[in-house]
Order: sequence, then structure tokens, then C-alpha cells
Amino acid sequence: MSEVKEAVDWAAFPDARGHFGPYGGRFVAETLMGALDELQTVYEKYMRDPEFLAELDTDFKQFVGRPTPLYHAERLSRELGGAQVYLKREDLNHTGAHKVNNTIGQALLAKRLGKTRIIAETGAGQHGVAAATVAARLGLECVVYMGAEDIQRQSPNVYRMRLLGADVVAVKSGSRTLKDALNEAMRDWVTNVDNTFYIIGTVAGPHPYPAMVRDFQSVIGREARAQHLEMTGRLPDALVACVGGGSNAIGLFHPFLGDPSVEMIGVEAGGEGIATGRHSAPLCAGQPGVLHGNRTYLMEDEDGQIVATHSISAGLDYPGVGPEHAWLKDLGRATYVSVTDEQALRAFHRMTRTEGIIPALETSHAIAHVIDIAPRMRPDQSLIINLSGRGDKDLNTIANLEGIEL
Amino acid sequence: MSRIARRFEETRASGRAALIPYVTAGDPAPDVTVPLMHELVAAGADLLELGVPFSDPMADGPVIQLACERALAHGTGLRNVLGMVREFRQTDTDTPVVLMGYLNPVERMGPEVFVTAAAEAGVDGVLMVDLPPEECEDLAGLLERAGIDPIFLVAPTTSEFRLQHVAAAARGFIYYVSLKGVTGSQSLDPAVLAARLEAIRAISDLPLGVGFGIRDAATAAAVAQVADAVVVGSAIVRLAEQHPEAPERFRAAAAGVVREMRTAMDAARTATPAAV
Repeated sequence: MSEVKEAVDWAAFPDARGHFGPYGGRFVAETLMGALDELQTVYEKYMRDPEFLAELDTDFKQFVGRPTPLYHAERLSRELGGAQVYLKREDLNHTGAHKVNNTIGQALLAKRLGKTRIIAETGAGQHGVAAATVAARLGLECVVYMGAEDIQRQSPNVYRMRLLGADVVAVKSGSRTLKDALNEAMRDWVTNVDNTFYIIGTVAGPHPYPAMVRDFQSVIGREARAQHLEMTGRLPDALVACVGGGSNAIGLFHPFLGDPSVEMIGVEAGGEGIATGRHSAPLCAGQPGVLHGNRTYLMEDEDGQIVATHSISAGLDYPGVGPEHAWLKDLGRATYVSVTDEQALRAFHRMTRTEGIIPALETSHAIAHVIDIAPRMRPDQSLIINLSGRGDKDLNTIANLEGIEL
Repeated sequence: MSRIARRFEETRASGRAALIPYVTAGDPAPDVTVPLMHELVAAGADLLELGVPFSDPMADGPVIQLACERALAHGTGLRNVLGMVREFRQTDTDTPVVLMGYLNPVERMGPEVFVTAAAEAGVDGVLMVDLPPEECEDLAGLLERAGIDPIFLVAPTTSEFRLQHVAAAARGFIYYVSLKGVTGSQSLDPAVLAARLEAIRAISDLPLGVGFGIRDAATAAAVAQVADAVVVGSAIVRLAEQHPEAPERFRAAAAGVVREMRTAMDAARTATPAAV
């Protein structure tokens, strides 16, 4: 249950300068400050503009396929013998994950700003695909930065992006994963700030990105809340979502923040185990610092250098996390746990065999935690897993691990 | 008067622009940096900018990214960099040293601990690339109380409104980023630059240093006509990349570039004295 003592006006955060308590903010080189001011102005204007919101809503319905179902996983619930498990089916969105909720919204803003070029960073490739998709639809040039290592392990998504007309650039600096892709996208943006819109894929980065991405992703929680009320006549007892940068989690959590009875659990990538140091769990095992434009929990060494992270899932392989999660953790409003590669893999198979739904490896982390906690809850209780993405992109990775040639 | 202010008084009095070479501390190896700093001064550097290696240098181009990687391979962190400044100060008490880097290593050390240690080591200015004035109140206050100048960037994209804000927070000198892009980018238009510097001078009395895109002596000389200081980074750091196994050749080549730039800048100023 929540430990927040005093009522918080959740809608009032972040503050005007992008702070969630001590976290968030805008820590970027001066060259980008003007572009961020401009972005904040249009974002604040259009999020109150009925015409913009109507266009977004139409795109959600007709292009993305919203609302996504809330599905009662009866067989899994019965097997676990505890709480009723509901799945918010973001895997059924066009492009196969929640990421498109955000890219649609940001692309509509890019169009209104008159930008002709879109850039994005991607880890698992889901955000890259979602960005390439909206760029194709709007006829915008698209460049996606992706770590060289991630390009290896997510090759189907790389091919999808190229089919969609995006230029996928392999990033070979640093650890060659998501954080380095983000560095490279920032460098591109600094250089081409006049004609380029940077679509960040998660609730991190400089203000207004954490708030803006959250607002676009909050459609998940708004729908899930109404659907759960309609299906059961009550609110769920808990929400569970995987957390890399944290956009699918905040999208589910945010509309429930004012419901004190609803517990929120973010699941980080425990990799080979927190004790081994080979993981991607800054909220569980990191400390506050500044990276990629915001203050948040980070994985760093004693000199303040960002350390290499590890996760079986490219989408969670990131040393930072969205600043709002950092704040929710400190406030005790949400709790954060970790799940190892091995647990996630087992959960992947169990969901696939039990419910006929092949989840992404990222999502499998959330499922693994539910497999752990649901049996300790009562059958009249319920929880919602954000089934944030489908697992098609991970088939190569999983087959390789199991020694199967596809 | 701070070392930085005193140095700019001297260069202004002698009618020349200051030359500020940048090197990444610990690149390509920790024992190279202090001798290199002395050699750069001997070759004509007026101030020194010392880069603090960071794992994720978002505002830097490939040249300085690789320099950071080389330095980090030897484990050169903020504490080591402060040690280098302390060692440099044992024999040079005049040349101002500015630390340039990213905020996270300072956050990790703790701002109070960092500022105290930096002042003791003999650091004169601190430029945190990812710390705009809006987020800087605490650190800037600590630095000023310790007699260290907080130095800020102004970019071609900086609005008039923000310029006022930056100018109010800045001490020592203002670092004008001559072009959109990362460090080591390619082109620079002196005429556009001159107009932009005039606009900044209307708002601030601080000396104006110009960096990003100064890749040879001719560019340095052109910029020296309109700026109070020329900052040169990638053109020097690139040399470390070219002499990976021979640090003494890197040091000699770096000093050579500084000497060449110094000569070209002074010749240009003598030929056509620009109004400051």
C-alpha cells in the first residue's frame, strides 16, 4: 500500500522548470535550450487545443487501433491461484507496442512546428519502428540511432525500419547500446536543430520530454482504469509494468496516482542478478545523478562515470530511468523491484503457453513479478500487467539462447 | 582580481586575443597531461582548458569522445584531474586553468567537496557543458564564494532573453559556441560571428571567447580579429589520436599547433587592429 502521507496534487508536476521534486530538469548544452523552450511552448499550447486532441484521438482509433483491450487472463490467474490477472494489451497496437502512442503525438507536434526531419534513438527497435512508421505516414525524413550491439540482437526491427524508409545509423561509441544511441541522437539534434524534431522514446531526457511522453502514454492508464471499473465494478489492487526508461509504466500508473488504494510496481531488469553488477536496475541499485538532460537514478561508478548495463532485453538495457519514477520511488507512491534474465525467460514461455500471447522480453519482466506475487494475493483481488509489447522481435534472441537455428 | 580577469587585462592591454587550448585530461595517458600543459603555455597559450573525461560526452564530436575513452581506459577521473591541476600549479601560478566537463562526476563527488578541492588545487574557472544557468544556482554560488568563475556557453540559438540570463550568471568570460553542432565541427563564418559577438557585447562587459570549429591557424587568426579569446580543442586533441604510441610526439605536435596559431593570431591583430 502507498506510504504517501500527504495528498499530492499529481497534476501539478512537473513544475514550470520540469522538476519532479529533486528530479528532472533540463541539463543540456546551451545550443538546445532554445529548441526545448520552443517545444515546451507548442506542447503546452496543443495539449489544451481541442482540435489537436481530436486529431490525436482519431489517429489513436483509426491508425493505432485504440482502445486496446483489457483482457482477463483467466487460465494464468487460475494456475497462479491468487489475484485475478488482467493484461492491458498494448501489444495489439499497430507496430506491436505502446511506443506508437507517443510517436504519433510527437509527430503531430513536429508537423505543427514545420519540421521536415525526425530523429529517434532506439534500444529494442520498438520506438525506432514506431518513429519510422509515423515518419512514413507523414512523409518526413527519418533517422534512427541504434547501438551496434542492439542492431545485432534486434535485426527484424532494423529491417522493418529500413522498409519504412528510415536511415538506421549504427552507433559504435561507448557501450554500443541505448544510452550511446541517445548521445548520438542528441549530437544530431544539436547540429540540425533548425529543421529536425527529436522524438525521444521514453519518459527521460530534458524537460518537457518526461512530461510530454507521459501525457501521450497516459491513454494506457485512462483506458485501463475505465475498462477495469466496467469489467469488475472496482479499481485494481495493483499495477505492474516493466521499467527501462519507464514510459509504458508511467503511462499505466499516472491516471491512477490519485487512487491511494492502487499499488504500483515497476519491474527493472535484474540481468544476471543485482549482486553480480550485471543488470540494468538504477532504481533498485543506483543513485541520483545527471545524464541525458535530467536528474534521476543512474548506474554509475564512484567517479560518476556511467557504467555498462546488461539485460537480456535491449529495451531495458539503459543506465537511467525517467525522473518521475525516481520521484515516485522516493515518495513511496510506487515500488520498484527487479527480475533476472532467467526469470523473465521463464515468464515469457509461461505466458505464451498459458494464454496464447507471445510477450516481448521487456514485458516478460513484469509478468515474472506477477507470477511471484499473484499467488500471495486473494482471488477477489486483481492486478493489471501492462502487456507493453509483443515478442515477435525477440524470437531470434530466444531461439539462439535455446540453441535453435531459425 | 582573479587570475582569469588579470590575464584578460594583460591581453587586452597588449592588444591581442587570448589563446585557450583545450586538452582532455589523461589523454592519451595520465602522465602526459601536466608536462603538456606547461609546453602549451610555453608555446603561447594564455589560459588552459582542461577537459574532465566523461563516459557520455553528449555535446562532443567523435574526436573528444575518443579522447574521453582513452583517458577513461586509464581510469582518469575528476579526483585525478584536480591532482593534475595541483601539480601544474607548483611551477605555474599565473596561467588560469578552466575545467570543462559534464555535471555528473561533480554531482557524484558532491558539489561542496568538489569546489573546495578545486579551489585548493588552483582551478580558476568551471564550465559544465550540460549545466545551463537555470539549473546552476547552487553550484555557481559555491564556486563564486570559493573565488572560482562559473563559465557559461552562449550559442547561435541563444535568444536575446536567455542571453540576459546567461550574462547575469557568467563570470570570467563568456564562451561563445561559434556554430550549431558538437565540438570539432567543420565550418565557421567570421562575418556572422562578428555580428553575433557585437550583440553579446551590448549586454555583457565580460571578455568573449569563441570555440567549436577553430580548426587551423587561419581560422584562429580570423576569429582573433573579433573575439577576446580563441578556444581550440579538437584540432589539438586529434593529434593524440594520431600518435597513440608516442605521447612525446603528441606533445610536440600540440605545442606546434599552439605556436602556429599564436603567430597567426598576433600577426593578424598587428596588421589590422580591431576595435575592442
